[in-house]
Amino acid sequence: MTDLSTRYLGLTLPNPVVASSSPLTEKIDDLRRLEDAGVSAVVLPSLFEEQISIESNDLDLYLSHGAESYAEATSYFPDMGSYNLGPTGYLTRLSEARKALRIPVIGSLNGVSTGGWTRYARKLEEAGADAIELNVYHVPTDPAQSGLDVERMYFDLVAEVVGTVKIPVSVKLTPFLSAPAHVARRLGELGARGLVLFNRFYQPDFDLEKLEVVPSLNLSTAWTLRLRLRWAAILWGNTSADLAISGGVHTSSDVLKSMMAGARVAMVASSVLRHGPEHVRTLLDGVREWMASHEYESIQQMQGSMSHQHCAEPAALERANYMRVLRSFALRGR
Amino acid sequence: MSRSFVMIDGNEAAARVAYLASEVIAIYPITPASPMGELSDQWAAEGRPNAWGTVPGVVEMQSEGGAAGAVHGALMAGALTTTFTASQGLLLMIPNMYKIAGELTPLVIHVAARAIATQGLSIFGDHSDVMAARATGFGQLASGSPQEAMDLALVAHAATLESRIPFLHFFDGFRTSHEIARVYPLTVDDVRALLPEGPRLQHHQRALSPSHPTIRGTAQNPDVFFQAREACNPWYRACPEIVQQAMDRVAARTGRAYHLVDYVGAPDAERVVVLMGSGAEVAHEAVAALMATGEKVGVLKVRLFRPFPAEALLAALPPTVRGIAVLDRTKEPGSAGEPLYQDVVTALAETADRRAVRARVLGGRYGLASKEFTPAMVRAVLDELRHPAPRNHFTIGITDDVTQTSLPWDPDWSTEEPATVRAVFFGLGADGTVGGNKNSIKIIGEEAGLHAQGFFVYDSKKSGSITVSHLRFGPHPIRSSYLISRASFVACHQFHLLDRMEMLALAEPGATVLLNSPHGAMGTWDRLPRRVQEELIAKRLRLFVIDALAVSRAAGLGGRINTVMQTCFFALSGLMPLEQAILAIKHGIQAAYGKRGEIVVEKNFAAVDQSVAALAEVPVPGAATSAIRMRPPVPAGAPEFVQLVSSRLIAGEGDQLPVSALPVDGTWPSGSTQWEKRDLAMEVPVWDSELCIQCGKCVLVCPHAVIRAAVYAPDLLPGAPAGWKSAAARWRQFGDQRYTLQVSTDDCTGCRLCVEACPVKNKREVRRKAINMAPHEPIREAERANWAWFRTLPGAPRDALSLEHVKDVQLLEPLFEFSGACAGCGETPYLKLVSQLFGDRAMVANATGCSSIYGGNLPTTPWTTNALGRGPAWANSLFEDNAEFGLGMRLALDQQRQRAAMLLRQLAQFAGLDLVEGLLSPEGRGEPEIAARRAFVGELRRRIAVVDDPRARELDALADALVRHSVWIVGGDGWAYDIGFGGLDHVLASGRDVNLLVLDTEVYSNTGGQMSKSTPRAAVAKFAAGGKRSAKKDLGLFAMSYGHVYVAQVALGGDDSQAVKAFREAEAFDGPSLIIAYSHCIAHGYDLVHGLEQQKLAVQSAHWPLFRYNPGLLTEGRNPFQLDSKAPTVPLRSYAYNETRYTMLAHSHPEEAASLLAQAQQDLLERWHRYEYLAKAPPGFGAAATPEASHD
Repeated sequence: MTDLSTRYLGLTLPNPVVASSSPLTEKIDDLRRLEDAGVSAVVLPSLFEEQISIESNDLDLYLSHGAESYAEATSYFPDMGSYNLGPTGYLTRLSEARKALRIPVIGSLNGVSTGGWTRYARKLEEAGADAIELNVYHVPTDPAQSGLDVERMYFDLVAEVVGTVKIPVSVKLTPFLSAPAHVARRLGELGARGLVLFNRFYQPDFDLEKLEVVPSLNLSTAWTLRLRLRWAAILWGNTSADLAISGGVHTSSDVLKSMMAGARVAMVASSVLRHGPEHVRTLLDGVREWMASHEYESIQQMQGSMSHQHCAEPAALERANYMRVLRSFALRGR
Repeated sequence: MSRSFVMIDGNEAAARVAYLASEVIAIYPITPASPMGELSDQWAAEGRPNAWGTVPGVVEMQSEGGAAGAVHGALMAGALTTTFTASQGLLLMIPNMYKIAGELTPLVIHVAARAIATQGLSIFGDHSDVMAARATGFGQLASGSPQEAMDLALVAHAATLESRIPFLHFFDGFRTSHEIARVYPLTVDDVRALLPEGPRLQHHQRALSPSHPTIRGTAQNPDVFFQAREACNPWYRACPEIVQQAMDRVAARTGRAYHLVDYVGAPDAERVVVLMGSGAEVAHEAVAALMATGEKVGVLKVRLFRPFPAEALLAALPPTVRGIAVLDRTKEPGSAGEPLYQDVVTALAETADRRAVRARVLGGRYGLASKEFTPAMVRAVLDELRHPAPRNHFTIGITDDVTQTSLPWDPDWSTEEPATVRAVFFGLGADGTVGGNKNSIKIIGEEAGLHAQGFFVYDSKKSGSITVSHLRFGPHPIRSSYLISRASFVACHQFHLLDRMEMLALAEPGATVLLNSPHGAMGTWDRLPRRVQEELIAKRLRLFVIDALAVSRAAGLGGRINTVMQTCFFALSGLMPLEQAILAIKHGIQAAYGKRGEIVVEKNFAAVDQSVAALAEVPVPGAATSAIRMRPPVPAGAPEFVQLVSSRLIAGEGDQLPVSALPVDGTWPSGSTQWEKRDLAMEVPVWDSELCIQCGKCVLVCPHAVIRAAVYAPDLLPGAPAGWKSAAARWRQFGDQRYTLQVSTDDCTGCRLCVEACPVKNKREVRRKAINMAPHEPIREAERANWAWFRTLPGAPRDALSLEHVKDVQLLEPLFEFSGACAGCGETPYLKLVSQLFGDRAMVANATGCSSIYGGNLPTTPWTTNALGRGPAWANSLFEDNAEFGLGMRLALDQQRQRAAMLLRQLAQFAGLDLVEGLLSPEGRGEPEIAARRAFVGELRRRIAVVDDPRARELDALADALVRHSVWIVGGDGWAYDIGFGGLDHVLASGRDVNLLVLDTEVYSNTGGQMSKSTPRAAVAKFAAGGKRSAKKDLGLFAMSYGHVYVAQVALGGDDSQAVKAFREAEAFDGPSLIIAYSHCIAHGYDLVHGLEQQKLAVQSAHWPLFRYNPGLLTEGRNPFQLDSKAPTVPLRSYAYNETRYTMLAHSHPEEAASLLAQAQQDLLERWHRYEYLAKAPPGFGAAATPEASHD
């Protein structure tokens, strides 16, 4: 019998396919469908501290705006008993998911302030999350902020959160770090139990007629996986944290490649959004079939087998690979 | 019994009892009574039960007349019922009040008593309304403070049940309805105890029921009516005693004793005043102070006015009294005296034989429309009683230099309690000063255990409005229901107000002054106006400063400095130990903002924590050094009337104007906002002449008409100020001319709609447009000079313009400018457009509401005139009658035209056949035709000027009617959809040539956002706290059903060309026209800078489809209905969830919100399909019927 089990964040999972944070992990019904289709864990959509702040501030601003200015209209809205603001709604959904599912539920958190990260991490833990994924969506636009500053911010925040909660904490990384290997090792040392490769940032487009920036985030493509494979392979063995690949995992081959690069789990989002939760079953069947036909006994057997440390051509994952591609491209061009 | 207290205002005090004591509550908004209805609706939405465990049915009606009808019906069917109203609203209830009283039906109407509109409207407090209802047969009970408003509310409910006499319980609008004070609340048990089961059951048993049927409301003949009318006498005779018993039962439960007439004063008083309401508390304070000096004076507080308690009055009146001054807070022109005076005189006359000492009785008027009434005035009245030949029918509180009715008083005589802290705060509406002070009162009242009183004065502008808070705190009960004139603490929350308002005139010697100053402890002194420095020195005031904006910004609160200033007030006032105060402030913040989210609370906490450290004292030197003068209220070039009268109002000195200074019949000159340079905006729009494509969109959308465009001959340029900008005009017909876009920056509110409307982007830096915001300060002087020169440029020739184009419309002079509407107002651009297109021949009938306030609330009016002196003639009648009012104007004009035509024919020999023919031939509707007509009229006047015939004089007076006038009937959706709907319907049916413009904000904006029938499903509004459950009324479809009405639905932000087209077609249409104009509004809850974007989304989602229905097309065999917008391209949520009115329901009741929004989406689709069907209908659809008004 092929053994698909894996360990991620200290959790033993029956297989390596995890539902990544996406609109499909929002509603209980969809989460159940994912579980039924075979995912081994789910990551809920992120709790955005910034969104909570914006909603609170907006409500406060517009309920007060124009009030107490004019004798006939000292206010413009009735006073509601309460507002479902802040993390309450999210935490309720998390608790409900925890109760409804047998598989681990990973809460995702996107903070902006140190206080916010720790406060909401604690709330996620209290609501029953089995683990927390820190979705560090930071775009370093400030020219005064150096690479070291950015790294320090990562380190401080992870240390803070790890020191606050007892459940395992993973970090979803940006691909745009100057020293990913160093960061990965240090995060592991600071207590991060997992690293998720990588965050996919919004990809703004331009509208030429309106001369406006149009925010958009398209589903991942097969190419998305390449960057993650490469970095999982490089980081494997260089950090105590478990690796997860998120982005571009569409086929059973992608799951297998992720494992071989060194990931403990392969996270899926775009492919299930495209094909529905049942696609997970297809992925797992494909993995089993491939492993059987290639006589693999277990997933753990292949994890890291193609990593930088274990592959036949380590250079292919480094700069040499780049030069080789260039050369072959030049040859094809002739 | 020991009871805890709360800090609430009079409205809430009365509403709490009314709610507990009622099963049905019918409501309608009117200032200052609206909060009572709002609270009731909110409590019902929360499921709060009444005294018997059921949730009262609260229903908003279409008018007060409707509310009274619903109340009458509910009573008839046996429900315990109440309603709340004031002023015009009470007048609309009067017909039903006669019926309800005639039927001996228990009811309480709670009234925040307010002036009735006469020579002008006033929202402020007096007894004109309740006195107008005194003949209805209602009992009338007057309260003088928030505590009394609660206690006597219960007395009224108890007495009405037992006596069967319906009651009107009233208290002074604003002074009591809005004063926050310590109130010991009555409990549910109190209410149950006062409203025992017996009378309640009897009320239910008298109800109409098919189980024991009777009939009510018969028509009675002369044989029995009179006798039947007299049959109620025993009930009225019994009533005063029943009221006293109810008062006694309240006293037994609470320890607060009331009597039908309460006497306070010397037992051997010789002179007394008699009055009702909050003024009685002032008199109480004055009498106490005078008694302390040995004067034999007193005050009779009349609590029960109807049935008039003559015996109680007599019993309360000390036998030693020789002089009585009866003060009425109302005026009845032509009467023998005001109502209370007359009743007192009658009571005394009828019982003269029972009194040993004959007393002289004087009547006087005070306090109309919240005119200040102070202890010094009471003293003046009492002094007058000592005079050997006192003035009767006097006035107190004004200077009447015309009929010499006024008594002088000594404004320096004060009865202020020395132990009371008196604090006055000057701030802006936008900076949260009033909200902060309301919190302070609660803290001090509830946590420090001091007696506290808060009263707030607002100005009449909706943008940049100034607020003044008057707070008293002390160890003794506070009766001072008048403004503070000797403050121990003065706070100025906005530095720029220092040179506009004489705020330190209120400071008593040695007072503390707190100033929000960006200049710090070292830099502030030199930036103070000299007048302020002099006051600081002369009165030995202590000055403290804080840069509150810096602290609040650092805390993330932006411009809302209330928390910072509140903390500083506590730090300086010494009312509580600072640490305790800070804890209490934070507690207050948690209570006020907790439900808005932790982040909001944390920001306010941060502001509190950083405030005290930033507070610093400024040493006051021995001599004034400043050269900064106080700002004149109007510029030197203003017309005489503006200089003499308007400027005093602007400066806040209107109280000092004598009677002779004011127009006797309410007629005021137009065009006065141009002199009130308010200088509100920190940032103003600046034109980029190179980038501009001269499209005119910014000019079109500017709510305050501060952006103007002109084309002019280049040879004028040498006279332009330095830095003047111009570009080659992009018009074929003005090819050799220059174009300038000029901003009157002193009149700008900084709303930024112009920048949003600009379609052009800089190719090198796309965020820059052809108009961009820039700091005002550096360009203020230059732009003043530019604006002054711009005003000298000649206007574009109207007949050279193509007015169907927005681009050309920008060159028309607006005759509606610089209104006090909210920054970014969505209504005013439409009015400005009307004024540009038709202003020189327009008559405007304006329904009461926002547009009548920014259109006609003193001190100034935005309606103005062109260089020829022509401009819109504007008038406001009422809220409910505006369509009829405008129709009346049309009828008058048509009559004048008919008479003028007759005279013209009769005087043809003098006028000349050319003119007769020219003026009596069918009239064209274009600009050239109108210009030609005007020229004919001018010539006619010239020719008949020499004719010695009275008919020539009459024709001269009426000749203008020979030129077509444009009648505009303007109002909001509250008028058009609700209270004025019947009249609107009738006027549309009349077929007369009038234009009705509905400025549709989908809510009662002026009174604070109550639901109208235009409010869309799923939106939250007051009176729809749980989200509106029914669909918005389709007013356009209704009007189209007549077939002969021109109807258009427009949204400037959706399609400005369509809007301009619709206005022109509507005006040109020879019959009734209805334009429904989407108006974004502050009551929608978003930054109005996005107003145009929201308008676009409203159109794109089909929430607001654009269409025109032109019956004129029928004659051409065409379908009159044209759908001008496209099928929905965005879901409703993309539009709705940008606005707090929708999102607050999504936050508070997510499932309900989702369900209502889904239904609302369905509403839109169904309406859209209906419109599509109409647009495709064959040409014969909706053939015009013959319009004829019915008299049924």
